[in-house]
Amino acid sequence: MYDIVIIGGGPAGLTAGIYARRANKRVLVLEAMVCGGQIVNTSKIENYPVAPGITGPEFGQILQKQAEDLGVEIEFERAKKITGRGGDFTVTTAEDEEYKAKAVILACGTEPRKLGLPNEDRFTGRGISYCATCDGNFYKDKVVAVNGGGNSALHEAIYLSGIAKKVYLIHRRNEFRGGAALVDKVKARDNIELVLNANISALEGDKKLTGIKIDQDGKEKDISVDGLFVSIGRAPNAKKLLSDLALTKDEFVAADETCETNIPGVFVAGDVRSKDVRQLVTATGDGAVAATVALQYLDKLN
Amino acid sequence: MKIVEGTIDNFKQEVLKSDKPVLVDFNAEWCPPCQALHPTLEELSKESDDFKIVTVDIDDQSELAEEYGVSSIPCLVAFKDGKEIDRRVGLQPKKRLLKMMGA
Repeated sequence: MYDIVIIGGGPAGLTAGIYARRANKRVLVLEAMVCGGQIVNTSKIENYPVAPGITGPEFGQILQKQAEDLGVEIEFERAKKITGRGGDFTVTTAEDEEYKAKAVILACGTEPRKLGLPNEDRFTGRGISYCATCDGNFYKDKVVAVNGGGNSALHEAIYLSGIAKKVYLIHRRNEFRGGAALVDKVKARDNIELVLNANISALEGDKKLTGIKIDQDGKEKDISVDGLFVSIGRAPNAKKLLSDLALTKDEFVAADETCETNIPGVFVAGDVRSKDVRQLVTATGDGAVAATVALQYLDKLN
Repeated sequence: MKIVEGTIDNFKQEVLKSDKPVLVDFNAEWCPPCQALHPTLEELSKESDDFKIVTVDIDDQSELAEEYGVSSIPCLVAFKDGKEIDRRVGLQPKKRLLKMMGA
């Protein structure tokens, strides 16, 4: 039986692990991919105190080593279901392993929101991408579309306009949610064409994506593209893990700065928690708080 | 087993004609998740002799990336007896990679 099982090996989860280990608790972190979480997609981190210019992957690797050196156990498995109650939880993974824990910290972050259209999975990696910095270079002098209207979509469109021949920026509204300065930058690029009031209604292609169908003001239109970058936000990952877990309407885990959920013995840290600022530094801050509050909970159990 | 650098010249020999299954990692230097995956591949290469790992830099080897329809990286493709048997795009945990290779 573990004292604490932490779901997610990103900055929040591993920081929680470090704090719990320093209090001599037996801690397991379940990570579905690699340690570091979303930050491993970042090529350079400029806003984290003391470590300017560190790369995302380096950040993840150093954090993993720090946690492991302190005795945090890490298993690379995706948590699927949490059952039981405070003092006696069972965490089941996609590999059908079961881990017992007295307390659980949810630090499972978010993942890119999908369009939810037929063929989306089939074309992922064959024309559809959720990461412009990863895949932009495949589209040198080609035609791409970016779907979304927030800051990340605007950033991706600007980034891609330096690589691709032409970038369509497709947004379902008439105006952008993103910052005015960014919008101006987008409008200043000759090779970005705005397609507003438009929804993507179909993904076309045989072996790979060759075009998209859009619905603009009620009219259907075909656009030929070599690539489509989906940037319509990120969805939290916690919903399926636990029944009865209180969520916000956007499905983030409802909890204030104490990181306590509505379920005794279940705590939440990082991007998956309902909060305003989702940054590396607030994730690690959450990890410390969640671990500390969980430790107090464990003390009361005994 | 040592990780092999795959090129258009050695791909046939190292991958398609390999007597062991091969895990091909399409990657690039500028791709952060590819860098994040690297330690996992290093570990696998040290721990397993049952399959071979070949990395392909998609900038140097754009013909190979094109030929195998790779447009998102990291892209992990499992080959057995010269045929593609499984493909995953994006970061993968070690256990999933082992499963891809039938281990």
